[in-house]
Amino acid sequence: MKSNEELIKYFTELLPDAQIQEGKQFVEITVALDKWHETAKTLAQCDLKFDFLVNITAVDYLPKFMIVCHLTSTTTRDFIVLKTFIEDRDNPTIDSLYDIWPTAEFQEREIFDMFGIKFNNHPDLRRLFLEDDYGYPLRKDFKDEINMIELKN
Amino acid sequence: MDTKLKNYIVKENGDIILNMGPQHPSTHGVLRLEVVLKGETVKQVVPHIGYIHRGIEKMCEYDTYKQIIHLTDRMDYLSAHMNNEAVCLLVENALGIEVPERVKYIRVVLDELTRIASHQLWWSAYGMDLGALTAFFYGMRDRERILDIFEESFGSRLLHSFNTPGGLMHDVHPNFQKHTMEFVKYFRKKLPEYHQLLTDNVIFRNRTQGIGVMSKETAIAYGVTGPSGRGSGYSCDVRKIAPYGVYDQLEFEEIIYDEGDSFARYMVRMKEIEQSLNIIEQAVDKITDGPYTAKVKPIIKLPEGEYYQRVETARGELGVYVVSDGKKFPYRMHFRSPNFNNLFVLNTIAKGHLIADLVAISGSLDLVIPDIDR
Amino acid sequence: MHDRIYDFSQLTHHIDQALRSVMSPTWTVITELVIIGLIFLGFYALLGLFLVYAERKVCALMQNRIGPNRVGKWGTLQTVADLIKLLTKELVYIKRSDKFLYNLAPFIVIVASFLAIAAVPFAKGLQAVDLDIGIFYIIAVTSLGVIGILLGGWASNSKYSLIGAMRSGAQVVSYELSVGLSLLSIVIFTGSTRLSTIIASQADGWWIFKGHIPAVIAFLIYLVAATAEINRGPFDLPEAESELTAGFHTEYSGIKFAMFFLAEYMNMFLVAAIATTLFLGGWMPFHIGHWDAFNRIMDYIPSIIWFFGKVFFIIYVIMWFKWTFPRLRIDQLLKLEWKYLLPLNLINTIIIAFIVMMGWYF
Repeated sequence: MKSNEELIKYFTELLPDAQIQEGKQFVEITVALDKWHETAKTLAQCDLKFDFLVNITAVDYLPKFMIVCHLTSTTTRDFIVLKTFIEDRDNPTIDSLYDIWPTAEFQEREIFDMFGIKFNNHPDLRRLFLEDDYGYPLRKDFKDEINMIELKN
Repeated sequence: MDTKLKNYIVKENGDIILNMGPQHPSTHGVLRLEVVLKGETVKQVVPHIGYIHRGIEKMCEYDTYKQIIHLTDRMDYLSAHMNNEAVCLLVENALGIEVPERVKYIRVVLDELTRIASHQLWWSAYGMDLGALTAFFYGMRDRERILDIFEESFGSRLLHSFNTPGGLMHDVHPNFQKHTMEFVKYFRKKLPEYHQLLTDNVIFRNRTQGIGVMSKETAIAYGVTGPSGRGSGYSCDVRKIAPYGVYDQLEFEEIIYDEGDSFARYMVRMKEIEQSLNIIEQAVDKITDGPYTAKVKPIIKLPEGEYYQRVETARGELGVYVVSDGKKFPYRMHFRSPNFNNLFVLNTIAKGHLIADLVAISGSLDLVIPDIDR
Repeated sequence: MHDRIYDFSQLTHHIDQALRSVMSPTWTVITELVIIGLIFLGFYALLGLFLVYAERKVCALMQNRIGPNRVGKWGTLQTVADLIKLLTKELVYIKRSDKFLYNLAPFIVIVASFLAIAAVPFAKGLQAVDLDIGIFYIIAVTSLGVIGILLGGWASNSKYSLIGAMRSGAQVVSYELSVGLSLLSIVIFTGSTRLSTIIASQADGWWIFKGHIPAVIAFLIYLVAATAEINRGPFDLPEAESELTAGFHTEYSGIKFAMFFLAEYMNMFLVAAIATTLFLGGWMPFHIGHWDAFNRIMDYIPSIIWFFGKVFFIIYVIMWFKWTFPRLRIDQLLKLEWKYLLPLNLINTIIIAFIVMMGWYF
């Protein structure tokens, strides 16, 4: 297991295009949207072998979306965060990581269900929890006139 | 249903589609499995979930961190304590709160008691899945003892929400240590009965050995964790690989079986019960006198940023991901639930087996549906 | 003297005489048939209720529970209450099911189990018909029940029912062989298929003791195969609760469900009764060689108590099975029959034939 400094050094060499910084806990790698799939593949095949996709989810920073992956390696136990931003709010699209980590298939379906983000090359992109005509509830501008209780901060 | 909506199913002539659930005795809740069958052989399993979706992640955006703890109980209700602890640890790490030693050890004991109770319930239900109805009552009899310990200290038996950022809600009952030790002694005597009833039964072994083999690669690729992952021979115990609390000061083994079949997953859980008993024995003695909570402000505001906390529940790795914007509510909260990932491996490992095996396999993955749906 | 007090043939003879003295022979036969039918109906219902109650209590015993204890003393009226509940329940009809066959199925199942009672010798002189081909008749009639199960499963237009029914078909057809062969072994010993002859041949010792180890093997195989034939746990695949919800009777409700339920218990009784008659001496008391005093004391226990005592012991063993073992899988079930039980049974039958030929039995 490498320390965060070592990881930053390692990734700066490995991913020259990416923006690498130390977050609150883990090393965070931010890549451009079009490099998303390529970077993920590099990480999965690099020496540290990030073969385990722990978690993939999205965050709605109005007006853009952030997709965030937590990756770990089952051999070296390094834990990193991979991020990207989607600017296009009307038709958010991103490449699917299904072919690298099969577990992404279902977690991405959840993201599609909750945020309406479409995944290219996804084998089976359907709503997971909600009905087909329901909105995308985890978007910050989602309004449910009937059930929602609005709280003021 | 519109045929266009069903393009995810591959069906040939002579195949039948069987709907298992949402009300079905062996799906343990409101899970629906759409099974494509050729005769009795399973060709494809498509899980449909969302019948008990409550939008916990959305609710979290309108709750303070102390309120969120009560929501986490309702995810994996059988490892309620671990879910609470995940949120508490996240808040404590983010704010740098030093938790008293006493609390750390009490949490470990509660963690392991919850794990044993959960495995007991699983063992009971697994026997039922395979048609051994008597097992249910043996498991429940002993689980009752743990719930009694919980009731004595927290007033509730299942969803106790006893943790709070910085410590515990209140101090445990004075008899807590005594009764826990009594339980450990009692259960060590009763555990062989479990093995006599199911483990050593020829029919049981034939029903589980070599059934639903999940290779190490499959387990990693599908993100299977917990006892199900360890049954496939890869070490994924968060208590070992990223220790939290005082787990790094306690001695216990990580149980790993290489076979990857239902029986291996079964044995991992049974051996884990023994390890949990060991941990409890070590930790109970170390519960020292002291405060039951650290000083924490009544309204917790996390500094701006992203946080992630991993915890080992009875079913696998629970991850809590929080994005905070510095206010009292989290900006975004996401739970990486172990069951969600464990469920979707079902199609891969159940293919080619019989319906009866599908029940045995899904039972051996130990699914709790509210945790999948959240 | 003791031979006479417990002999029911005296009683039935007197009834016959009384009836003949007041009406013509034809009417006597008709009246007797009606009386026997009514007695069997009553017996059937009572036994069904009792067996359900017994099952619950045995199950509770196995599971560290008390079992039913609220309705009546020790919960004895629980099954009566259940019966009233089932009678008053709504009968659910399924769209696009085959109405005629759907309604017919439970009757076939229950009639099949009812028919077989006629040939069961309950006590000395208490047997409705003593057929030449008694065993053959019972085997033939009890296996009719599977037609009802197949029809019920097919006609309810439900996939669970269909799978359950198909399993049942495969299972009953396979295990019929083992049941037949193990019964055949006793027929070889006695040289008769008449039940009264078989019982008479056990006056000096039951076949399970007289027939050496091959008879014990035949008895065990019979017990396993018969449990499978009546679809009881651990061979309850047609109604495997955790896989097929309730198997072939998933879509039945109310009294029609009760009929399937009752037929299952009656079949269990029949299986136990046949095992008792063939292997455990029927209503014959327990005798040991030349211990005359002991044998004398045993004779004072009425034959009907001997019969039901043995039957309920076997029923208890069958229930014990059910509440202890996990369920088999369909391929394991068929493998057990075709790869183990059937070859073993065939060899066993040959050995028995050899023993009989050489006269190596008591």
